[in-house]
Amino acid sequence: MSAVMAMNPVAERRPLLKVNKLTKHYGDHIGCEDVSFTVYPGEVIGIVGESGSGKSTLLNVLSAQMPPTSGAVEYDLSAKGLRDIFTLSEPERRKLMRTDWGVVHQNPRDGLRMNVSAGGNVGERLMAIGARHYGELRREGLDWMAKVELDTSRIDDKPKTFSGGMQQRLQIARNLVTRPRLVFMDEPTGGLDVSVQARLLDLLRGLVRELGIAAIIVTHDLAVVRLLADRLMVMRRGHVVEAGLTDQVLDDPHHPYTQLLVSSVLQV
Amino acid sequence: MSAVQEARWDEAYNFAYLDEQTKRMIRRSILKAIAVPGYQVPFGGREMPLAYGWGTGGIQVTASVIGPDDTLKVIDQGADDTTNAVSIRRFFSRVAGVETTEATEEADIIQTRHRIPEAPLREGQVLVYQVPQPEPLRSLEPRETETRKMHGYAEYGLMHVRLYEDIARYGHIATTYSYPVMVNGRYLMSPSPIPKFDNPKMQGNPAIQLFGAGREKRIYAIPPYTSVKSLDFDDHPFEPQTWDESCALCGADNSYLDEVVLDDHGGKMFVCSDTHFCEDRRAKGHRGELGADPAALAFARTADEGEAQ
Repeated sequence: MSAVMAMNPVAERRPLLKVNKLTKHYGDHIGCEDVSFTVYPGEVIGIVGESGSGKSTLLNVLSAQMPPTSGAVEYDLSAKGLRDIFTLSEPERRKLMRTDWGVVHQNPRDGLRMNVSAGGNVGERLMAIGARHYGELRREGLDWMAKVELDTSRIDDKPKTFSGGMQQRLQIARNLVTRPRLVFMDEPTGGLDVSVQARLLDLLRGLVRELGIAAIIVTHDLAVVRLLADRLMVMRRGHVVEAGLTDQVLDDPHHPYTQLLVSSVLQV
Repeated sequence: MSAVQEARWDEAYNFAYLDEQTKRMIRRSILKAIAVPGYQVPFGGREMPLAYGWGTGGIQVTASVIGPDDTLKVIDQGADDTTNAVSIRRFFSRVAGVETTEATEEADIIQTRHRIPEAPLREGQVLVYQVPQPEPLRSLEPRETETRKMHGYAEYGLMHVRLYEDIARYGHIATTYSYPVMVNGRYLMSPSPIPKFDNPKMQGNPAIQLFGAGREKRIYAIPPYTSVKSLDFDDHPFEPQTWDESCALCGADNSYLDEVVLDDHGGKMFVCSDTHFCEDRRAKGHRGELGADPAALAFARTADEGEAQ
């Protein structure tokens, strides 16, 4: 048995995020209900479902942007072990959010400072944790712009002069610069045309694998989770109706809703 | 003491214009501000007989701390003779009957707009700043709820983003006034729009420095001998402004200089922005390169006459 455990690296790793019976009600309406799952370091979880199924609610609660009605979200603070993020003090939680976590918004305008140059956007998190050397910030900015395939000569341009795809890549660079262990992404490819989407997905897959970042990706696009996610959760009306390995869920859907979802995708 | 029995101020007003309850309220805010250096204390700002932007915050702070035996100096951009300085001095001599002066050394309270006097301040003096925007983070973060949290948790990385932007665009930190400072190693503070030339004077100053923002209704303070550090980067350290010229009237090479246009043919001179400092030096016999020039002296004379009223 121990030999089997040793061969399976995931089994002996400590969970990074543990979600237990998470429920969010908006008055009488259900945002999401009774959601439980675990994320291990370096793992990418996809959450899919139609609009209004509670995906974004779930993501907002997980990333501490909204308090849950009940249930717990435990995160592995390296020094203190698993701790419920809603029992942390606000400064601790804010620090966690700008160092160990990243949030990539669907609309880059929500995640970027549009009147601050690209380099300043990338450097902001570093400055927030105490970087006070301009030359190093500059180097880091150029380095990350290259990593997300942005033209480094545009480091001093403001994001409002960037195209939608470039803004999204800049937002990713800005989040990954502090080497977070967990990144939340809400429809990272929403609003982008398919060729730009493909490049962004390629880039994301590379970065997530290279840096060993765990990610929770919310999307309604099954192609995105097929490419990026190790595991998949299908949500409907606030509940998780099916969960499992991505290929397993997509190739052999059990729940009628998942079957409908998979069969709705147009095969070109 | 008997001379004081007779009110020296216009008795249609309470002493120093504000009613006693308001002054007590403002004094409580000032005490809190001194206890927590750099923290912006909200206060119930009153309407003053002066437009917002002309020093309503400073004038309320001055009215709350002034006593009948105090001597008041008011400067505007370093000058004792501009409209704002003259009318605030006249206001207080009418409603508080206080002595006014132009000499920095003789003043107990100095209300200032955008400068710190060149002459070093001493213990017991109070420097009152007029502040248009007390929140140094406002231009970067418009939400008050958010900036309060940032102060509360000392999350000041964003301020460096502004300095980063300066260097990225201009190659150096191009902020020349309202240059953000860290007070007592804890609170980020806007020094009001003083030139960064004056920032080092705030560090460890023996005088009490009070800041009043009338429109935003905030008071903050730097107690005597408090550490005040200007923000910078390790490889782009803070540097005050410097000039190649010296004052054309008094020859000073260590003061903050204003550029003055003399004619329509490109003639100009640099003169001390602190008029009292400049006169003092001239009285002691110092002369600049235009110290004997009729046009320059005419400028100095109109300035003298302005003060005489």
